[in-house]
Amino acid sequence: MKAETPRPAGSGFGEAIMVPVRLAMGLVDAPLRWVQRKLGLGGMAAFFLLPNMLIFGIFVLLPFFINFAYSMTGGTALFLDDRTFVGTDQYARLFDCSNYIDPNSCTEDTFWTAVGNTAWFVVLQVTLMILFSLITALILNRELMARSFWRAVFFFPVLLSPVVVGLIWKWILQRQGLLNFALYGFGFEPYTWLNDRNWAFAAAVGVSIWAHMGFYTLILLAGLQAIPKDLYEAAEMDGTRPARAFWRITLPLLMPNLLVVIVLVLIRAVQIFDEVYVLTGGGPGTSTLYLTQYIYETGFATQLRNPGLAAAASILMGMVLVVLTLIQLGLGRSSEKKGSRK
Amino acid sequence: MSRIAAFIFRRKGRNGWHWTDIVTWIWLVGGLLIMFGPAVWLVGSSFKSPAALAEFPPTILPYVTQKATVEGYDKPLDLYDATLPDGRKAVLAEVRRIGVISQMVDPEKPGEIIKVNISQRTPVRTMAFATTNYTEPFTHFDFVRYLWNSVFVTVTATLITLVVNSMAAFALSKYEFRGRTFAMLLILATLMVPLSVIMVPLYSIVSALGLFNNLWGVILPTVATPTGVFILRQYMLTIPDELIDAARMDKASEWQIYWRIVLPLTAPALAVLAIFSVVWRWNDFLWPLIVLSRKELYTLQVGLSIYSGELNVQWHFILAMTVVTMIPVVLVFIFLQRFITTGIAGTGLK
Amino acid sequence: MGHIKLTNVIKSFGAIDVLHGINLEINDGEFVVFVGPSGCGKSTLLRTIAGLEKPTGGDLAIDGKVVNDVPAADRGLAMVFQSYALYPHMSVRQNLAFGLENTRMPQAEIAERIAEAARMLEIEPYLDRRPGQLSGGQRQRVAIGRAIVRRPVAFLLDEPLSNLDAELRGSTRAELAALHARLSATMIYVTHDQVEAMTLADRIVVLRAGRIEQVGTPLELYNRPANRFVAGFIGSPHMNFLEGAVEAVHPQKAVATLVGGNRLEFPVAGATIETGSRITLGVRPQHICLGPGENSIPAKIRLVEALGSETVLHADVAGQKILVVAPGQHDLSPGLDISLSLSTAPIHLFNEKGLRL
Repeated sequence: MKAETPRPAGSGFGEAIMVPVRLAMGLVDAPLRWVQRKLGLGGMAAFFLLPNMLIFGIFVLLPFFINFAYSMTGGTALFLDDRTFVGTDQYARLFDCSNYIDPNSCTEDTFWTAVGNTAWFVVLQVTLMILFSLITALILNRELMARSFWRAVFFFPVLLSPVVVGLIWKWILQRQGLLNFALYGFGFEPYTWLNDRNWAFAAAVGVSIWAHMGFYTLILLAGLQAIPKDLYEAAEMDGTRPARAFWRITLPLLMPNLLVVIVLVLIRAVQIFDEVYVLTGGGPGTSTLYLTQYIYETGFATQLRNPGLAAAASILMGMVLVVLTLIQLGLGRSSEKKGSRK
Repeated sequence: MSRIAAFIFRRKGRNGWHWTDIVTWIWLVGGLLIMFGPAVWLVGSSFKSPAALAEFPPTILPYVTQKATVEGYDKPLDLYDATLPDGRKAVLAEVRRIGVISQMVDPEKPGEIIKVNISQRTPVRTMAFATTNYTEPFTHFDFVRYLWNSVFVTVTATLITLVVNSMAAFALSKYEFRGRTFAMLLILATLMVPLSVIMVPLYSIVSALGLFNNLWGVILPTVATPTGVFILRQYMLTIPDELIDAARMDKASEWQIYWRIVLPLTAPALAVLAIFSVVWRWNDFLWPLIVLSRKELYTLQVGLSIYSGELNVQWHFILAMTVVTMIPVVLVFIFLQRFITTGIAGTGLK
Repeated sequence: MGHIKLTNVIKSFGAIDVLHGINLEINDGEFVVFVGPSGCGKSTLLRTIAGLEKPTGGDLAIDGKVVNDVPAADRGLAMVFQSYALYPHMSVRQNLAFGLENTRMPQAEIAERIAEAARMLEIEPYLDRRPGQLSGGQRQRVAIGRAIVRRPVAFLLDEPLSNLDAELRGSTRAELAALHARLSATMIYVTHDQVEAMTLADRIVVLRAGRIEQVGTPLELYNRPANRFVAGFIGSPHMNFLEGAVEAVHPQKAVATLVGGNRLEFPVAGATIETGSRITLGVRPQHICLGPGENSIPAKIRLVEALGSETVLHADVAGQKILVVAPGQHDLSPGLDISLSLSTAPIHLFNEKGLRL
């Protein structure tokens, strides 16, 4: 990544802020020199690394390990010491099904409903998201006027908070909302979309695609622009039809990029929560209840909360995510190796 | 002018319209409508009164039916453009509506009641912005608090993130030490542990630390971002090591090197991370939802979602507050989007 | 086969005119080189012939048929790009086959053509490697091979040697000349290097700012440049230009007074010169002799470059700079005053507009 713009010139206000900061940093310097003498250079490295690692350790790694402990305890108590050890009971409970395909045959039917919903969601959302992002990237790759404007157009929803996204679309899908208004012009009667199980699901897929497509479009666009233009000219001279040029030149050269994007979308899709929760709250019924919401509600939100069960479910989800993340890292490494060869 | 038009409409098919050109234009215009449209619709709706919000078909811009005070009636009456039974057109005020017949009076001559079929009248409307939608939540609800909480969390978290991440990036880019690869792997590993997986134990840890129901409990777990460390590290790697050697020869302490040399030179990357961090923290939802249970501590996102989940949703306030919640991000978008798009393209997929 | 004719071809990009009315006829089997300084439009002209750019005006005809609206793929031409443009994810063999597969040629014939081209260019050992595993010179041969297998009506080469290092350039130049002799195909070659132009071309087209300055064989351009620009462009080091005014005109010769006072006599075969008119005398550095003699001018040496086989002298003639290339080694040093004789030198005459007289 190269430096893009020069630092903004110090405004009066900026300068004013810097004075006390510089003072504070100067005060910090003296004791830190002492620390440096004690620790040496290598020790100083550890010093710099410490705050970050501390936070990682306490708030990411520690919970990760404790999670396993939680998943083997029962009861509604919050702290680990107050909980009772139950071994693998929680897992057993999760897997207690006569027929895995039919959630109703399970003890934890909500869990399996969530798993089923999430599976369907992932399949639909990933396919459609990649399709739309790729098409948009291909279109943005053409010689367009004001290309950065069009890029910004598709990127705009990415910045919106999931709550805002959920509320905007909840409002649009209201009975008196924009969608019904638009359809009314074509002669359709207004419909309460979010009260329909299938349409609510479709809305969840569509809204999450709407909100995140721009991000993946940008990544794919960068990949497309890395393909030298004279390859296409050479192909044109050879009489290659555009479709063939796409399949034999564009797609293979974009493939490393594309694979990484697919895995990224997968990872995010499995964890879907925020905008859907605001949009539908998991309903109607449990038709848009996904894994993360299940974990959240089982762990916190209901009166009969069961942190142990939630922990067990989260570990199962975590295993899927670990596999996907490892794949992503592996793909990222190999595409770096390929790219370095010109 | 024609040359400009030729440039804009430069097409694959040279003289004629190639099918890819048609698809391109449909996609782009469609994209414009679908991506921006909802936000525009939101803003327009947020200025409507509750009555206007409930009607169908809705209007794009906020309209309000004009009213007039008529002698002999206590409350102001709605005005309509009506076609009278004898064909004349007049502006009348509606007294009451019974079935399909509207009983109306001429505001000038209020004595006589004229019966007009409802299909023969349209409301007299003017554009009116119900700005109370925006002011009420701040005065009667806790939205000022929520706004303050969001700002506090965002600013504090961003500052801490910049400092902590840059220190770690500095250590990982400019120092050779035994645990370096291990530390990098560890940071990489945290990418595999998203909030959705550790929310239960994290909650208990945060509570044990006394940070439950505390804005710091919202801030602290979020500040050590692996993405931030990687972005800054990538950038710091391009700072020549000779600068640091020279500084050491000049008897600068490591802290001074970090603070006075490396950090200022990393400014562009810090700017990108700051933007990302502001957007991430402002938009955070699940974690604040879990950690905060006292209303006074809610961030905007949580407050908004709680209010919109109630049984009796007051959409006119919700819409207005959604717009307010959207504003900082839109400002970032307008002024700084180039940073963001090049930042993403540059870091690729880290 | 391979006959290309451009009639009044104009090319503009938006408001910028790059080619102004190009008229040119290229015969079948000719090796034509487009040469000129950067920005003169030679690459644009090549790409227009290829079909990668559409002419804004004028006609382009291949073998008698106007092909303005014919897409690049269907013109029967093959192009070797400056950057080679090899598909990095395909092997050499697949790179060569790619274009042929578009024509639904039977696999056997494709294989045969690839084998033939590989033999000709000596790239047989690399057929199954990827471009990334080859050196620059090998990649360049693959790029040429890709053009050869198509058996095009004409070859278009866009600065193919500019990415090679100097030594490789020389040997590849010779190979290209041999290839042309063997294939007898029309080749249109673009370069900014006049040495490549001089050695490879049957005819050279000198371009400047989108216009043809002169078309001719290399020696024609060398011996009878049509204007001052061509005279200065062809030949290395470039021609000396001495400014002056005509003092007297006789039947076979004339006398000019140079800026700075020196007088020079020069033959006027066939040219019309007026007394008093301004004139530029062009003399190549290799044609100036050292030493006094008829028709000589005094000069002061500024710099001596001894190259062993020849000596390059930078001299000052009453304020005007002159370069002399004298064969062999000489005992000269800067600051010396010498005489330069032009009695045997072919002198090119240019009027004040730069045109040949």
